[in-house]
Amino acid sequence: MKTDKQLLSKAKIVVVGNGMVGHHFVEEMAKNSDYQITVLSAESRLAYDRVYLSSYFAGKTADDLALTTPEHYDELGVTFKTNAKVTNIDKSAKVVTTESGDCFEYDKLILATGSYPFVPPIPGGDVEHSLVYRTIDDLEAIQASADVSKVGVVIGGGLLGLEAAKAVKELGLETHVVEFAPQLMGVQVDGGGGRLLKTKIEELGVQVHTSKATNEIVAGDKHRYKLCFSDGTELETDLILFSAGIRPYDNLAREFDLEIGQRGGIVIDNQCKTSDADIYAIGECALWNNFIYGLVAPGYSMAKVAVKDICGEEAEFTGADMSTKLKLMGVEVGSIGDAHAKTEGSLTYTYENQPEGVYKKIVVSSDKKALLGAVLIGDTSEYDTLLQYMLNAIELPESPEGLILPMAADKPTLGVDALPDTATICSCHNVTKGDIIAAIDCGAVDVGQVKSGTKAGSGCGGCAALVKSVADNEFEKRGVEVKKDICEHFAYSRKELFDIVSVEKIKTFDELLSSHGRGLGCEICKPVAGSVLASVWNDYILKKPHLSLQDTNDTYLGNMQKDGTYSVVPRIAGGEITPDKLIVLGQVAKKYNLYTKITGGARVDLFGARVEQLPPIWKELVDAGFETGHAYGKSLRTVKSCVGSTWCRYGVQDSMSMAIDLENRYKGLRAPHKIKFGVSGCTRECAEAQGKDIGIIATENGWNLFVGGNGGMKPRHGDLFATDLDDETLVKYVDRILMFYVQTGDRLQRTSVWMDNLEGGLTYLQDVIMKDSLGITDALEEQMAAIVGSYQCEWKTTLEDPEALKRFQPFVNSDKSDSNIQFVTEREQIRPARGEEKIAVTFIPSVENDATEKEAVAEEV
Amino acid sequence: MTTTNTEKTWRTICDSSDLVKDSGICALLANEAGNEEQIAIFHLPNSEDKIYAVGNYDPIGKANVLYRGIVGCIADEPVVASPLYKQHFSLKTGRCLQEEQSISVYPIRIENEQVQVLY
Repeated sequence: MKTDKQLLSKAKIVVVGNGMVGHHFVEEMAKNSDYQITVLSAESRLAYDRVYLSSYFAGKTADDLALTTPEHYDELGVTFKTNAKVTNIDKSAKVVTTESGDCFEYDKLILATGSYPFVPPIPGGDVEHSLVYRTIDDLEAIQASADVSKVGVVIGGGLLGLEAAKAVKELGLETHVVEFAPQLMGVQVDGGGGRLLKTKIEELGVQVHTSKATNEIVAGDKHRYKLCFSDGTELETDLILFSAGIRPYDNLAREFDLEIGQRGGIVIDNQCKTSDADIYAIGECALWNNFIYGLVAPGYSMAKVAVKDICGEEAEFTGADMSTKLKLMGVEVGSIGDAHAKTEGSLTYTYENQPEGVYKKIVVSSDKKALLGAVLIGDTSEYDTLLQYMLNAIELPESPEGLILPMAADKPTLGVDALPDTATICSCHNVTKGDIIAAIDCGAVDVGQVKSGTKAGSGCGGCAALVKSVADNEFEKRGVEVKKDICEHFAYSRKELFDIVSVEKIKTFDELLSSHGRGLGCEICKPVAGSVLASVWNDYILKKPHLSLQDTNDTYLGNMQKDGTYSVVPRIAGGEITPDKLIVLGQVAKKYNLYTKITGGARVDLFGARVEQLPPIWKELVDAGFETGHAYGKSLRTVKSCVGSTWCRYGVQDSMSMAIDLENRYKGLRAPHKIKFGVSGCTRECAEAQGKDIGIIATENGWNLFVGGNGGMKPRHGDLFATDLDDETLVKYVDRILMFYVQTGDRLQRTSVWMDNLEGGLTYLQDVIMKDSLGITDALEEQMAAIVGSYQCEWKTTLEDPEALKRFQPFVNSDKSDSNIQFVTEREQIRPARGEEKIAVTFIPSVENDATEKEAVAEEV
Repeated sequence: MTTTNTEKTWRTICDSSDLVKDSGICALLANEAGNEEQIAIFHLPNSEDKIYAVGNYDPIGKANVLYRGIVGCIADEPVVASPLYKQHFSLKTGRCLQEEQSISVYPIRIENEQVQVLY
């Protein structure tokens, strides 16, 4: 068959190793369908994110860290084998063999075997609780060891060592870092920065020991082991974690005669080819220009170069920028280019603010025109600007110190316009300013789409703010502009309207329209105003002045269905319901012949209520103790929960009580869009909380809080916001987050999109909520308290108001019902009749109508 | 006292106090063929004509719902937005602003605090 032949004639690519770089290669290579790709991984898992490894201890699972799935590789047409360690390469026959004896032919072979942690040969170091920090398996071993340990020591104070220390700290151990050099992060940071970094890390409860060489490890007195240092001092510990650098996994290349560097690493040329023209090496196993890159971004660049070379396109790897910005245990650290001022004739400017824990240094060329490097500790807000100065060789302003001095009157800012199209914006995915512009050319209309289209900002996330300003700048230039006007009647965003209403104490739409709008309003601005007025003043939404602002769902306190009938959804907080109440639901549904369905939000929907039936139905429900479920509102819907520690063998907290309390606390809150919660009683996550706007997962010590999850059209896992919170803190944070969302969210913007569009992303939100960076948390809590305190069940209030009940009469001049609403039976329940199933109804005048008709005629005469 | 089928008359629907500001109500009438017909009546005190009457049937959503839509204006044209799929219908002409559809419009007036439709 023709197709088979085509398959057979495809060139075979075998990729050894499925780390981040190997996976990146596969994704890039699979874009070209002329090749048959086979992945051989020695690990039991497919590729996962090692950059975020420490988040595993903060509640992320192996699945969360996964970069791909078997299904995804199947879709790409990629064959893969896990637990398949390659043991033989036959270069002349072009065949690799795995441990289990499987053979794979190749036309091109890619070695992406990565690296392994270097463990210095310390006498006595090879003991049970001496571990490394590299893979998910390592993490599991660390966790197991931590369970039976009190003290942990990390040997190595580099970038990875500090990451590892963070993990040890999060596991609740007394944590120490031991560094051979006189300072921490010696590669990226200079002496001054290192000193400050040490102080800051120690303030966080991690003890740092620099200039310490470990001579031997012996049995301890109080703890399991004792480290003996060359200066005669000692340190006792239960757990030892080595993070003393990496070594390339180059044994395959060694064994099968590929050229190897003096200190290891598979030698590659600018096309990432090894000494065998059909074998490439990429990532941390590769040695380019006598240098091994231990960061993911250069590895990605190598992967792209290799792909292009295989496809016959011209491409070259010419080194990579090693600048990096990260947050280590909450301490911001940035390092750019020549951080140590090693360049001949270079000059430095330093700013240090010890009380606030900030250190900044820039390294410039001897003529003070070019930026060569920088170190930033405690505040990396200038990182993006400085990096662009260096990468694009932009000439420095006359007084370069202004770049790092606080409150410099004319602080030079580098507008994104000044950046060339080739400027790298996201180094993890190598996205340039030109790529972002191209994405907008191809139809991206907001920052969210730019991000998903280019992957910019989806690696370490450090560039999120820059991506947004580049995209916004581009939108503005095109006059697509970042138009925030909600409609033709108001030249304001929802947030701006919120501010106007609060500041000017506006209480009605008419006031708002006459002072800040034009025309009569419309179905866009009216509900927005209604929602804002409700959020700010928490008035009963059907009060006369607000009535005409609401969507029909809000007006009739039900969800309109396609035939004009409504659904009835009482609140069943947490999904917990007594048998008696369940019986009432059944009786009401039966009496009014309503279609009945259990929803995904763990409650019961009753469908097919005519508008005039809504009050009597709700009367019966309210009398039985039910409240409105706000299924119609842009407000809190449900808090989904499992039964938690009360019933479940695995539950560690009472998730049920928490869910009910939260649902009762936030019911009725009006927001930019609907809000859903989930509360799981343990890490098994049966309530699927990570797919909710607010997700709460019980831990042994309290609750982990996730924000911005979503199911539906665009699924998104929530971001881990805070860990191990007690009940009180949890509620406090949720109060603040929700109120901040209510105030700043755009119209119909779910929390997931809101998070994606927040400048500064998760870190920014954490700063606002937990560190009160905007000084608003007290106000947020007060506003929420006012809303919680003034809750009323809208149905109860409506039933008590004869004026409001008038609206539920379908005709102003008749007691009849709408004859166009007709049902047929299906599976023993009603459903709306389709057009061809409906029966035409002839008009039979009612007595009342007859009278008015006569009157009208009489008047006419 | 009787009217022929072709001759339209001003029929009183309700008191003007039954109108809801910036919102709609619905009236049930019989057409010439004796079939039911629903009319949506909107009260927009800030607009030019202040009171409008159109068919209540949404030809796109195929349900009698228009009186429950939000009213307002699009480029100065008074409109109602269907509560089902949000298309706008002009209250002056009945024309749909988004699709090739239209609804009936009826002359309407307030006489002695009575709302009357020519029907």
